[in-house]
Amino acid sequence: MPAVKKTVDSVEALERYQHGFITSVDQEFAPKGLSADIVRFISAKKQEPEWMLEWRLAAYERWLAMDEPDWAKVNYPRIDYQDSYYYAAPKEKIGPMSLDEVDPEILATYAKLGIPLREQEVLAGVQGAPKYAVDAVFDSVSVVTTFKKELAAVGVIFCSFSEAVREHPELVKKYLGTVVPASDNYFACLNSAVFSDGSFVYVPPGVRCPMELSTYFRINAAESGQFERTLIIADEGAYVSYLEGCTAPMRDENQLHAAVVELVTLDDAEIKYSTVQNWYPGDPETGKGGIYNFVTKRADCRGDRSKVSWTQVETGSAITWKYPSCVLRGKDSVGEFYSIAITNGRQQADTGTKMIHLGEGTRSRIISKGISAGRSSNTYRGLVSAHPKAKGARNFTQCDSLLIGKTCAAHTVPYIEARNGQSVFEHEATTTRLSDDQLFYVMQRGLSQEEAVQLLVNGFVKDVLQELPMEFAVEAQKLVAISLEGSVG
Amino acid sequence: MLSIKNLHARVEAAEILKGLSLELPAGEVHAIMGPNGAGKSTLSYVLTGRQGYEVTDGTATLDGEDLLSLEANERAARGVFLSFQYPLEIPGVPAMTFLRTAMNAQHKARGEPEISATDFLKRAREVAGQLKMDFDMLKRPLNVGFSGGEKKRMEIFQMAMLSPRLLILDETDSGLDIDALKIVADGVNALRRPDRAMLVITHYQRLLDYIHPDKVHVLAAGRIAATGGPELAHELEREGYDKYARAA
Repeated sequence: MPAVKKTVDSVEALERYQHGFITSVDQEFAPKGLSADIVRFISAKKQEPEWMLEWRLAAYERWLAMDEPDWAKVNYPRIDYQDSYYYAAPKEKIGPMSLDEVDPEILATYAKLGIPLREQEVLAGVQGAPKYAVDAVFDSVSVVTTFKKELAAVGVIFCSFSEAVREHPELVKKYLGTVVPASDNYFACLNSAVFSDGSFVYVPPGVRCPMELSTYFRINAAESGQFERTLIIADEGAYVSYLEGCTAPMRDENQLHAAVVELVTLDDAEIKYSTVQNWYPGDPETGKGGIYNFVTKRADCRGDRSKVSWTQVETGSAITWKYPSCVLRGKDSVGEFYSIAITNGRQQADTGTKMIHLGEGTRSRIISKGISAGRSSNTYRGLVSAHPKAKGARNFTQCDSLLIGKTCAAHTVPYIEARNGQSVFEHEATTTRLSDDQLFYVMQRGLSQEEAVQLLVNGFVKDVLQELPMEFAVEAQKLVAISLEGSVG
Repeated sequence: MLSIKNLHARVEAAEILKGLSLELPAGEVHAIMGPNGAGKSTLSYVLTGRQGYEVTDGTATLDGEDLLSLEANERAARGVFLSFQYPLEIPGVPAMTFLRTAMNAQHKARGEPEISATDFLKRAREVAGQLKMDFDMLKRPLNVGFSGGEKKRMEIFQMAMLSPRLLILDETDSGLDIDALKIVADGVNALRRPDRAMLVITHYQRLLDYIHPDKVHVLAAGRIAATGGPELAHELEREGYDKYARAA
């Protein structure tokens, strides 16, 4: 199969990561390693109230007693948790800044990444183009959040997590850890002890958030982890669409990214959460370096008729361990999960979702598209369960895997548990290989081999791409193309 | 237009074409007939540039330009079109999107401007009408869940839209019932033009009742064993390929 062979060769030779630069900026670090003192250091740096420090310390105590999980289909050497920095921040004053106070190097970084931090840049964009607000997180701190005033006018709170702890303690206290408890799992527990920064969103009852919200995470410092924490609450009848993006420099050592995202929807509320994850995947040949992306994301559809929709495009990271889930507690609540996971080179991904049907008439839908190339491994792992009270629960799952070449692997591990007799669960799965026949057919009509691969792959992931907010769908489509670029001999 | 001289080609270790020569002038339709395994499909793949088919000797030129050194898509841009025996399914890509992408890729390669969405749509409606195709079919992912007849009709549709110079039809009659065969043949006949040439590859004579060739070539054991007029096809239908297979 020469065409596919060529594809495989060039995909393996691929070194196309475009965000691998390092920003030179004065940074302040906590001493290396992890201890109760480091937890105190982080909390003090963020000028946190006592209750927040206690919460962190309790999580740290729990974490010490826990074991690192090993059930995922990923392999990596034991992580030395004492050999990493848990706090790294540009030397700037703490708290919200105006753009003029931000280090120009950092501004240049975001400009290079194409993230608009100046509101007028967004406004000066194409006429009629939708606006979106950005919270930019650089290593352990949020450097700037845009459009806060405009959002505040309709009562939407959008700020860094640290600011929320200081300015809106009543909301943080009420919801923090109620979806992902501190002791939920090893990495979530670690995050609860040392979390650095992230975004906080609160949309008041009946408000439809007037613009897309987005957070852009950048790991810059060497030998440091990023432990962000995001909490989004959509109060009764509220709606918000939120997007997260991430990149990191190319470094030879592995860096840990252990985030926690908690979503809460009350009656009739809806959250649409999209992720375009493009962490540095490591060297495609040797597998050296890259981000360990061990993330806990969960939504609690607490209210009746509430809805959460997760959409993810996962192209980066050396290892991905991530299962954005929905607890469908409210009557007739709805959970959706749309995923594109691409692995190439030596990447490993174990990703999927959990749809936990607790309430009557709850519905969920899972569409997962996995693409493996190079010598990578791509696993879909999903759980769909129905509680005895979840009468009339419905789920539809479709898991498709596409293999490019002969040295990659795809696995599908679905768990289905129905504990009442009135639930309907459907599961469909396919695995196909990108064939020489298809490539030749498309090329015979006039497309180059590279264009042919892109066309076939975009066709494969179409159902998911169309779930992304319009302005990001284009970006995601490009990312899909870049991830598999060089597949021409 | 198409000139093939002493063509030798192999697939892996096996030599399939062993000194094939053929002249196909513009405006003519030639049929290539032959027993299974004679090298009919190999010829179509070698001419269209499928990887894995290694040419060891000989030449193939289109209006004097060497075809064999070009990539498959470059040959397509120069007007070489292959109607596949087994058209492939392309999930998630509507037929219209596929064809417009292909058309613009060809235009770009030839340095021509892109076709506008309105012009494309207009032309697509026209051609679909001629081929008695349901226009909605063009909005579905290409060939996915299509019947054998629909797939072949879609091939002819693409051919008409892309307006190639050299048309190669590989076993276009296979899997077609008589009504579908007539529609497909009418579609092909409508594409006959003085500046176009067609190579119709077929095992059976029945397609040639509808697409009348100027010449019939018998391909056996990797070379042209005989050439004649349309009557040769009828002779083959009566007597089979034994004579040529033995001679080879």
